[in-house]
Amino acid sequence: MGILVVAEHDNATLKGATLNTIAAAKAIGGDIDVLVAGQGCQAAADAAAKAEGVAKVILVDDAAYAQQLGEQMGDLVAELGKGYSHILAAATTTGKDFLPRTAALLDVNMISEIVKVESADTFARPIYAGNAIATVQSNDSIKVITVRATGFDPVSAEGGSASIENGSAVADKGVSSFVGEELAKSDRPELTAADVIISGGRGMQNGDNFEMLYKLADKIGAGVGASRAAVDAGFVPNDMQVGQTGKIVAPNLYVAVGISGAIQHLAGMKDSKVIVAINKDEEAPIFQVADYGLVADLFEAIPELDSKL
Amino acid sequence: MKVLVAVKRVIDYNVKVRVKADNSDVDLTNVKMAMNPFCEIAVEEAVRLKEKGVATEIVVVSIGPKVAQEQIRTALALGADRGILIETDEKLESLSVAKALKAVVDKEQPQLVILGKQSIDNDNNQTGQMLGALTGMPQGTFASEVAVDGDKVNVTREIDGGLRTVGLTLPAIVTTDLRLNEPRYASLPNIMKAKRKPLEVVSPADLGVEIKSTQTLVKVEPPAERSAGIKVGSVDELVEKLKTEAKVL
Ligand SMILES: Cc1cc2nc3c(=O)[nH]c(=O)nc-3n(C[C@H](O)[C@H](O)[C@H](O)COP(=O)(O)OP(=O)(O)OC[C@H]3O[C@@H](n4cnc5c(N)ncnc54)[C@H](O)[C@@H]3O)c2cc1C
Ligand SMILES: Nc1ncnc2c1ncn2[C@@H]1O[C@H](COP(=O)(O)O)[C@@H](O)[C@H]1O
Repeated sequence: MGILVVAEHDNATLKGATLNTIAAAKAIGGDIDVLVAGQGCQAAADAAAKAEGVAKVILVDDAAYAQQLGEQMGDLVAELGKGYSHILAAATTTGKDFLPRTAALLDVNMISEIVKVESADTFARPIYAGNAIATVQSNDSIKVITVRATGFDPVSAEGGSASIENGSAVADKGVSSFVGEELAKSDRPELTAADVIISGGRGMQNGDNFEMLYKLADKIGAGVGASRAAVDAGFVPNDMQVGQTGKIVAPNLYVAVGISGAIQHLAGMKDSKVIVAINKDEEAPIFQVADYGLVADLFEAIPELDSKL
Repeated sequence: MKVLVAVKRVIDYNVKVRVKADNSDVDLTNVKMAMNPFCEIAVEEAVRLKEKGVATEIVVVSIGPKVAQEQIRTALALGADRGILIETDEKLESLSVAKALKAVVDKEQPQLVILGKQSIDNDNNQTGQMLGALTGMPQGTFASEVAVDGDKVNVTREIDGGLRTVGLTLPAIVTTDLRLNEPRYASLPNIMKAKRKPLEVVSPADLGVEIKSTQTLVKVEPPAERSAGIKVGSVDELVEKLKTEAKVL
């Protein structure tokens, strides 16, 4: 019995979260195979073969998986995953979309967003927006798991030399299709991989004011995030939301600007190494988790900070 | 077109939950309970579809203890037509919930099933997708826009990189994200009216499903506490601390 890790990739490149997922597989212990399903995804498979600790890469290169739709991926992973003891995917919007389908097809439950491996059948995961950590033991024959990247240090992307084997596609039921995509274009680091993140909240007042944060971020190579309130108000797009229902991040430095610190926001960033809060309300709950708090008007503090870095 | 909406009773999102002293679970005694926020969005979407003349009937279903009738009544007050409670006091895991929902789907034959993307208690984000696999229906998860067009529905989904639209053949499943809509409040007359709307109570056995648990909760602990740090007096002091003390700049 081995572990099947489903790679997160965009056909051209292997996404970093795959390396954290392989790390979780290593903590479980056993032979690790990586499935790369996509179209024209040889490069991603080559990258997966170089990752540390991988025994074998299964490459399924087929038009059915070009956009990795949940229906097709769910079926494929259930078919290929049957012979494994564990099936793991990153807790990204792709993994969360297809993996529960796989679990149901295999007639097992699923364990979402683990942050720690206690043993081959026991895992820790945050519940209630991270206000509690549950340790769960699974009695299912196959453990189907999504992995929260911030819980595991990635394995090395280099050094491995796994073989690549071709796998075949399963029949497409033809009930879903890809219509279109609007992907955020940004030269800034992706939030889940950024070393430093500056996030703005409702206190930013509008989208134009986010320019201040972008300018500062570009100076120090940071990613830019936001609270739900800033996204809901239309200041910035949804992919910037940090929190219980947005992205979970744990950078070395997280700077919260004009964010009050609701539990749902804290759920996405409180594992950051150093937290800075800039807020004009000294009672704002964000200060309870901040290592360094500055009570100030952000419209004065941010330009000043920019000029001093 | 008939729309089925699944609603779950959970802790109110404003409540900060506490872990029991014996670490057996979280403490829910005397805690305010409510409809899961994502389920409110699901109900609202169904009601809007009915107001647009797309949906003809809205059925809400919940699986849980007797008191979950409160959340079904709330949905009825918001505009759903009738409710079904699958009453059980058993511990619920997603696969059993999805199987129970599948039994309701088989019986009711809805064209659209709307669920929340995630319960805010267990943060699972599983049930809609599992129901999709069990019924063979396609899914539009984490939806921020739902456009029904004849026997198809286009769903715009919030994904990590931005937005993606998928086209699904009905019957289909939608799970709601935060920006799909802003739920309305129930008016007093509608709350009164909801008391007279039909609410059927059935047992899992009536539907031929068994509630089975395959996971053991070993323990529940509070997260590592982060203690508040210091307040700095100026931007200069902040920069100085980040450079020399925290060494992150
Ligand atoms: C089911 C559910 C899921 C949710 N998921 C998320 C999630 O994933 N992520 C998330 O962020 N939220 C989430 N929320 C929303 C969350 O509860 C809060 O509403 C939200 O985080 C508030 O955003 P905010 O801090 O920007 O706004 P507010 O709470 O309005 O805070 C604005 C802050 O800006 C400060 N401010 C204003 N002007 C200035 C100024 N000039 N200078 C300095 N400071 C200033 C104010 O003092 C205030 O503290 C969720 C809610 C629900 C119900
Ligand atoms: N016990 C339940 N009764 C009714 N619906 C549920 C139940 N549990 C989960 N759901 C539905 O599934 C969604 C996702 O829940 P979960 O998979 O638990 O995160 C919820 O928002 C509900 O729409």
